[in-house]
Amino acid sequence: MSNPVEKVLMKGNEAFAEAAIRGGANFYFGYPITPQSEIPEFMSRELPKRGGVFLQAESELGAINMAYGAGAAGGAVFISSSSPGIALMQEGMSFLCSAEVPLVALNVSRGGPGIGGIQPGQADYFQATRGGGNGDYRIPVFAPASIQEAVDMLYEAVDLAKTWQNPVMVFADGIMGQMMEPVALPQQRPFTDSKDIRAEKPWAVTGYGNDDANKNVVKSLRMQPDDLERHVEYLFEKYRRAEKELCRAETHDVEEADLVLVAFGTVARITREAVEILAWRGIKAGLIRPISLWPFPHGAFDKIGARTRVVISAELSMGQMIEDVRLAVGKRIPVELIHRTGGMIPTSLEIADRAEKIYGEVK
Amino acid sequence: MRTPVFEYTKGMCRVDTSYCPGCTHGIAHRLITETLFEMELIGETIGVAPIGCSVQAHKFMNIDMCESAHGRAPAVASGIRRVHPDKVVFTYQGDGDLASIGTAEIVHAAARGEKFTTFFINNCIYGMTGGQMAPTTLLGQRSTTSQDGRRREQAGAPIRVSELISTLDGAVYVERVALDTPAHIRKAKQAVKKAIEYQRAGLGFTFVEFLSTCPTNWGVTPSNAMKWLADNMITYYPLGVLRTPEVAK
Repeated sequence: MSNPVEKVLMKGNEAFAEAAIRGGANFYFGYPITPQSEIPEFMSRELPKRGGVFLQAESELGAINMAYGAGAAGGAVFISSSSPGIALMQEGMSFLCSAEVPLVALNVSRGGPGIGGIQPGQADYFQATRGGGNGDYRIPVFAPASIQEAVDMLYEAVDLAKTWQNPVMVFADGIMGQMMEPVALPQQRPFTDSKDIRAEKPWAVTGYGNDDANKNVVKSLRMQPDDLERHVEYLFEKYRRAEKELCRAETHDVEEADLVLVAFGTVARITREAVEILAWRGIKAGLIRPISLWPFPHGAFDKIGARTRVVISAELSMGQMIEDVRLAVGKRIPVELIHRTGGMIPTSLEIADRAEKIYGEVK
Repeated sequence: MRTPVFEYTKGMCRVDTSYCPGCTHGIAHRLITETLFEMELIGETIGVAPIGCSVQAHKFMNIDMCESAHGRAPAVASGIRRVHPDKVVFTYQGDGDLASIGTAEIVHAAARGEKFTTFFINNCIYGMTGGQMAPTTLLGQRSTTSQDGRRREQAGAPIRVSELISTLDGAVYVERVALDTPAHIRKAKQAVKKAIEYQRAGLGFTFVEFLSTCPTNWGVTPSNAMKWLADNMITYYPLGVLRTPEVAK
């Protein structure tokens, strides 16, 4: 019998921070914002003890640009914020993508628009998947449905960001940040010593030492249109590879379903219960849980069988992911929306009732 | 064998710069790179270029460098310095970049006492975008967005950045120099050297402001630009050391 995995009960935000550190991210730059302020608090306490660097920025603009500098210099960087703060960071996201600088970013999202509220929301779906910054770029975005999954994602994201030389985002809503769950924490990966950065990341700006033939420049400006076009085409070759390699989804019983519900993050957990309620009522509901929001897991929708009358996107927004669901489903099956917004959370019963009503109308 | 009395510094790349005739960016570039080369630190240095005419400084300076979004260079340099605490780090920023869009970043980097050096190029105007009013544009000075001259009641008075920075305890060395005469240029080089020495000593944030020219957007000849700097800028932006570390006193 294998050893039982030791689990600890942790608050989401603290588990996220711990996971990023264990993944090897030893640089954190942040600014307080609810509902994620436990992360900078945790980092200020833990990172220096373990040989890392915590720095409280003057703003989210400061934080993302410190992250860019540290990343360009070859450091493994983690940042976190919540919706309005992530909005401020979009200038940097666009810049980092063009300059191909790795970064792990976490959005513990809340309701909007504007300052909105501090309760959970998923209305940053467009911001996360369509790019809130300027220009042609993409960011892989992963949405966890449990603290354990978030921990595993953040741990892996440190590696993914380095491999793809691009920011990678984890999109967790405020519920995930504030709730507690038992988690198994992964092993600590060693931090890279600053002296070893040049060997590991030969593109990083570190000072070239004795040989100026190795001079490095990290940049995003390309004044010549043909040069910029070539660069963007090159970035999109990378993004097309990412579309093949990073698509992730969880699917349940979609082949023989009367209706298929689609939900990510916390809403997917509530929707799982709604599926059971619907089963008691004699309605076979399938579930697709996109884990990668970009690239969106279109393939998961190909499994939907001929019996399915309607596909329903359940979201904490006025309907944003539904646009991707429509693209994935095409005109084959009607696509409808169940939503709450502003920080309101639907119960499983509410989702089941609304799904049953929609199903009754299309049957 | 003849001993050369003057040569191209190896701190600069052997390429033509994109700067206009009479612009002092070239002088400032040379002072910084030549000093780093003479101090045998050129390969141990990481620079941050701003948005502005000097966005492509990395093409001209023979130094590992990265670009920065507009005004964010001090945040970028803070990140770099935390990863490489034993390297020399500097930002090179114009007045629009540093004194307008980037005021939060420069003030907080200075307040934190970040151990890098900022070289601040003040030419009283936005250069790259074509001569708009900068926070440092003098009262009465014409620009494309103050076509009858800057008026205090409409746009406020120009910011004296070195004086502002020198009020912050994290800034250990603040000096304003000018690039209009050989004597001033020699003094400017001494300021560059001191700033780098204090950075190396880990004393805190160091800041050198260069009063610079922009003949193209001022609408004057290169030689008249030097005269305009001396007659108008130095009277409003007095030269000298505003702050220096205890050890140097």
